[in-house]
Amino acid sequence: MKKFAQLIKTIDSTNKTNLKVAALTEYFQTAADNDKLWAIAILSHRRPKRPVNTTLLRQWATEISNIPLWLFEESYHIVGDLAETIALILPTTESSSDKSLAAYISEIQALRTLPEAEKKEYLHTNWMKLDYYERFVFNKIITGSFRIGVSQKLMTRALSKATNIDEDILAYKLMGNWTPDSTTFQKLVLEENEEDYLSKPYPFYLAYAVEDDFQKELEPISQWSFEHKWDGIRAQVIIRNDEVFTWSRGEELVTDKFPEFQKFLKEIPNGTVLDGEILPFGNDVIGNFKDLQTRIGRKNITKALLKKTPVILIAYDLLEWKGNDIRQKPFSERRKILDKLINDCNCNSLGLYLSETMAFSSWKEAANERELSREKHSEGLMIKKKESPYLVGRKKGDWWKWKTDPFTIDGVLTYAMRGHGRRANLYTDYTFGLWDGDELVTFAKAYSGLTDAEFKKVDAWIKRNTLERFGPVRSVTPHHVFEIAFEGIAESKRHKSGVATRFPRILRWRKDKPIEEANTLDDLKALIPK
Amino acid sequence: MKQPLLVFNKKGIYCKQADVYIDAWRPVDKCIITHGHADHSRWGHKQYITHTNNVPIIKHRLGDITVTAKEWNETFIINGVTFSLHPAGHIVASSQVRVEYKGEVWVFTGDFKTENDGIAEPFEPVSCHTFITECTFGLPAFKWVPQKEVFSDINSWWNTNKEEGKTSVLFGYSLGKAQRLLKHLDTSIGKIYTHGAIENMTEILRPIYDFPNTERITRDTKKEDIKGNIVLAPPSAHGGTWIRKMVPFVTASASGWMTFRGARRRRAIDKGFVLSDHADWNGLIETIKATNCEKVIATHGYTDIFSRYLREELGYDARTEETQYEEDSSETEQKLDNASVK
Repeated sequence: MKKFAQLIKTIDSTNKTNLKVAALTEYFQTAADNDKLWAIAILSHRRPKRPVNTTLLRQWATEISNIPLWLFEESYHIVGDLAETIALILPTTESSSDKSLAAYISEIQALRTLPEAEKKEYLHTNWMKLDYYERFVFNKIITGSFRIGVSQKLMTRALSKATNIDEDILAYKLMGNWTPDSTTFQKLVLEENEEDYLSKPYPFYLAYAVEDDFQKELEPISQWSFEHKWDGIRAQVIIRNDEVFTWSRGEELVTDKFPEFQKFLKEIPNGTVLDGEILPFGNDVIGNFKDLQTRIGRKNITKALLKKTPVILIAYDLLEWKGNDIRQKPFSERRKILDKLINDCNCNSLGLYLSETMAFSSWKEAANERELSREKHSEGLMIKKKESPYLVGRKKGDWWKWKTDPFTIDGVLTYAMRGHGRRANLYTDYTFGLWDGDELVTFAKAYSGLTDAEFKKVDAWIKRNTLERFGPVRSVTPHHVFEIAFEGIAESKRHKSGVATRFPRILRWRKDKPIEEANTLDDLKALIPK
Repeated sequence: MKQPLLVFNKKGIYCKQADVYIDAWRPVDKCIITHGHADHSRWGHKQYITHTNNVPIIKHRLGDITVTAKEWNETFIINGVTFSLHPAGHIVASSQVRVEYKGEVWVFTGDFKTENDGIAEPFEPVSCHTFITECTFGLPAFKWVPQKEVFSDINSWWNTNKEEGKTSVLFGYSLGKAQRLLKHLDTSIGKIYTHGAIENMTEILRPIYDFPNTERITRDTKKEDIKGNIVLAPPSAHGGTWIRKMVPFVTASASGWMTFRGARRRRAIDKGFVLSDHADWNGLIETIKATNCEKVIATHGYTDIFSRYLREELGYDARTEETQYEEDSSETEQKLDNASVK
């Protein structure tokens, strides 16, 4: 645990990628095998099942710290991370533990089935045995989600340096639904196991957003293939050994959520891996992303739900064909095989469609097509180099996304809340309203898009113009207008405004606009696609 | 109804009976100044009253002003109200202000910390009925480790950088944090170089306080002379052209906000040390208990949370008041972060 906590501390105290990789590499060279295996699992978000619910964690941490629960909640709100908050508020200790990471994790796993009193006893004892960083790691293992500024890519790079195994091969080995209990470091990382590969997906290749004036850089336009950028769930569908496996981009096996894809077996031969987008497709039109959420969110996919929100796969790439990994073939060749495969079979009836490729002779033509994106239920255009192999992870150069411009609307700042972490003493989380008659109705919350200097100015203004305080929230005099950008919009019964926006953020501070000139709720509703 | 001894009005903290302000944020006739940070010692008052050691500081900052100097515990009476200054331990020459009228005692802390930092005159709790306290770090998440440990970390950081052939650049506000850092750097590791703003302020303080030797960085300072040594610079120097002379260098800053992982991780500075010139949670609570006060007024910081804790858990008559230090008080620390975060 000491060694792993030290690793996390080192990673935390630098913003330089090479130092992070060096620290990880050293860890992978020197730690025990079962500790390494757990480190890989944790850093790739494979945490053990949560043994204690967070309500109890909070309660027990406040008891030992001798503070009231509300004060814990306020602190948690400001610190922004439960594991960190608990590590900070517990009484300081001088001790530190020599127990290994793997030993701690097996104790934590065993905790699940113990009676509550024993759980509490275990946590109290161990909290007081650990120093700050060890506590933090311990709490993180219990609460899950280890976001510590190390991407899977960085971890893989370090592991590659430590083991001398190629990075892409490692990325492939680490995919899928293994757990440290079902494998060993030797088996997972070092050995070759053909049979394990049956359900394994390939690492996804991800595109970068285009930069300003990208057109010049991409000349000649003839080397590029265009497609619409579909707004669903990126997925790989694997057909091997008469079985179908569906993986989402988050490396989650979602086969059970999309039973309709089992039908692909009828037409698609074994040894095929498709890369594409899962889209809602009720009444034979592409639906809203919101509809898909009902499919991912439910534990059990009922017949009624299948009927209400049918889905399709719109395929845009072929990674494996006749059992061979064809990722190194040029995109154009892979597409030729894919197009033929889908066009020759009765695929549409199975819910398998093709993402049409397009060619343009000028950027003007391409721009015109991009203008049609909303009509075609896409988010913009994808630009893929015809010659490009299918790479691993987010790599610049061969695949680009050229999204549509976001929707924008001018809203009035009505409420503000303190930020988290670095922004903990600044009011940086804002609520915006639109006019409905002479009333401002909340329509969105946003906390990104201003510069640090602007946030400071708005913060100072908020502190001087507070109307009322509700815990961490302050209502402010309506005075400032901000242009809010968002990616999608849909009707919603859960929002007071009757509208839900997707990924709202602040585009700019409209200091030139008085609040009377902010937009109305009707203006917003007019943006909802018919 | 009886008028409170001190009120918060548009210009500052005001004692009507004596017609005197404390740390006013708008120009007034007569103003007692707790310490030399810009948000507490503003420009434009007709008469300043402050501790003797703070006089050269505010004269350096504000130019030709009329100042009356007072010693610690020295009482002075204005229209029947007795005032005195007591060490606040925040930075060099920082005071708390004790105000007494007809047996009723109020104390305003200005900014304060309870740990003796070896340079600022150590904090002394002052008994009172009403205690006006800052609570910049008034959350149980803030607990400082003894500065001895922090300085041992800072010096070993310097040493490691030196071994790697790099110059250490340590950022600190030019009044207060810079002198505290300076005082505890281990000069057996190397030489201490200073940015002009820090050197100017330190020069003014040298007749009163004892500091290690420093060398001002000027146009003539040679790049190779600086190498491997430590440079003290104000946060504003980060990212500017001035710092290029130190290449290859490693940067660090020291602040209470570095308690949060988010703050440590998202800054553009290489290393963050948790070192604050404000009281931590335990320091605040212990101080309030030590004053034997009945009423507490919390200003700047996590005021709502802190005063609720005092009311509900400790039984004090506690409330909050808005001051205009709010933004700045934390800024003396926060500037470090803001200046560096891109």
